[in-house]
Amino acid sequence: MTNRRMYFKMIASSILRRKSRVTVALLAVALGAAVLLGLSAISRDIPRQMGREFRNYGANMVFAPAGDNAKLEIRDANRAAAAIPADSLIGMTPYRYETARINMQGYDIVGVDFARARKTSPFWRVDGKYPEAENEILLGADIADFTQLAPGAEMSMTGRAGDGSRYRGDMKVSGIVRTGGVEDGFIFLRLDDLERLAGNPGTADIVELSVAAGTDELNALVSRIGGDASGITPKLVRRVTQSETTALSKLRSLILLVSAVVLALTMICVATTMMTVVMERRKEIGLKKALGADNGGISMEFIGEGVLLGAAGGALGSVLGYFMSEAVSVNVFGRSIAMPWYFPALAVLASVAVTAVACLPPVRRATQVEPALVLRGE
Amino acid sequence: MDILKLANVSKIYGSVKALYEANMSVAGGEWLAIMGPSGSGKTTMMNIIGCMDRPTSGSVLLDGTDVSGLSAPELTHIRRDKIGLIFQQFHLISYLTAVENVMVAQYYHSMTDEGEALRALARVGLEDRAGHLPRQLSGGEQQRVCIARALINYPKLILADEPTGNLDETNEGIVIDIFRRLHGEGSSIIVVTHDPEVAEVTDRTVFLEHGRIAKTVSNR
Repeated sequence: MTNRRMYFKMIASSILRRKSRVTVALLAVALGAAVLLGLSAISRDIPRQMGREFRNYGANMVFAPAGDNAKLEIRDANRAAAAIPADSLIGMTPYRYETARINMQGYDIVGVDFARARKTSPFWRVDGKYPEAENEILLGADIADFTQLAPGAEMSMTGRAGDGSRYRGDMKVSGIVRTGGVEDGFIFLRLDDLERLAGNPGTADIVELSVAAGTDELNALVSRIGGDASGITPKLVRRVTQSETTALSKLRSLILLVSAVVLALTMICVATTMMTVVMERRKEIGLKKALGADNGGISMEFIGEGVLLGAAGGALGSVLGYFMSEAVSVNVFGRSIAMPWYFPALAVLASVAVTAVACLPPVRRATQVEPALVLRGE
Repeated sequence: MDILKLANVSKIYGSVKALYEANMSVAGGEWLAIMGPSGSGKTTMMNIIGCMDRPTSGSVLLDGTDVSGLSAPELTHIRRDKIGLIFQQFHLISYLTAVENVMVAQYYHSMTDEGEALRALARVGLEDRAGHLPRQLSGGEQQRVCIARALINYPKLILADEPTGNLDETNEGIVIDIFRRLHGEGSSIIVVTHDPEVAEVTDRTVFLEHGRIAKTVSNR
């Protein structure tokens, strides 16, 4: 048996001999590692998971006409949007704004593809239904309140087309939209209907995009699209992206705080257990010193026990942590967790480091044991 | 040549003189007994001779080296190389087998050698008990493992603290026979004992009283 084997034999036997006491420390380390790994994985995955949740708050990127242009070409917008990864692009909706009159009263009307708008603006609450048939419109809640029009009401709408001619359409209210925002002051109709009435097909005033990505990724996309695309200017909707960043930042701070508390509790538990073990083994430590062990040798034995404990607890905790984060992810976000392969390895390393540090006070106590203890019959 | 020489060695705790002006020498190959009532200074003297404590004053020459002023790490080094310790309560490590308990002393000294550890156990008649844990051994067998452990690094001086104190008469006889054989092979042995029968088989007995050497009696 070599010295190395003797060393491992001593630390492994010592741990196995104190099963009940070491089990408590092992579970503490495992729990700490599980929480650390689980929270780290969730924290890393939150932008991806929450990105889709945040998309319920509306578009976070817009394409505006480039330079002094009043309108943009929808095909330019489609071309520019190709730069966005398909799995990140939740939706893209062109909006075309015009003015029209209903009963001699002027209103802002918006041409939009409602199927697309439901993806980029899922927060719209519609009483009635979205326009589906030709010449159906959606009234903003403020206009509905003002005109006292309800779903099913019919009216005549007039306006001026792009070529200067006048148009007239007999419209029917299919629903009332209520958002609490500017949408309540608009009349929405299908983009096809607006293009048929007012001409200039294939153009829009603005294109709203909903992209599942973090702020840094969005900024990179804006830079890339702005550099490549012609006819459009990409912009971030700061109100939305900033809110997302703030929310994520606070969530991550909370996770960091919880992780720090859990690690501190783990260290206290391990340190307490190891301190008890040292007190129980004073005679054994005294004997080893009497046989010629120096403080370095004694320290290495206890740190070795701590490292073994940390590795075993970290491995157990990694398994628990994976299933914990998977359960949280599936139950809260409805999606599987994306955990990099090296996260469990880092959790084991962190557990080893934490237990090694937690062993330092007990080790110091162990080195203070006097070898003469064994001759006193204490 | 003296393997050990104490010159005016005192150990004083506050106003308590645990050991006072002790002068003693042990020749190479000599077997010495130290006797005395409780509180007479036996343990203090053992600690100082065994390099586990330092005297308040005086000098302790062990195998030609004055250990009285050495630091704790230096004393550890000397203890590891020159002293073989045998305890009344055996102090075997409960989770290691007999042979592994012997190898512990090798481990802290230099390199473990299982063959040599087995030979050490054979010297005390325990070759067939090498794989047993301490709880599977009788008191006498545990003490013999302790003796094998003390011998494994070929110490200059064997220091035994009440080696037969926890043994029955049969095992006491076995242990004394082992000491007798070691003495015959030229080992230097110091035995602290309360038992006059143990003391009388040694070459010489030193009596301690109130921290002082009261008398020295030759047993030959």
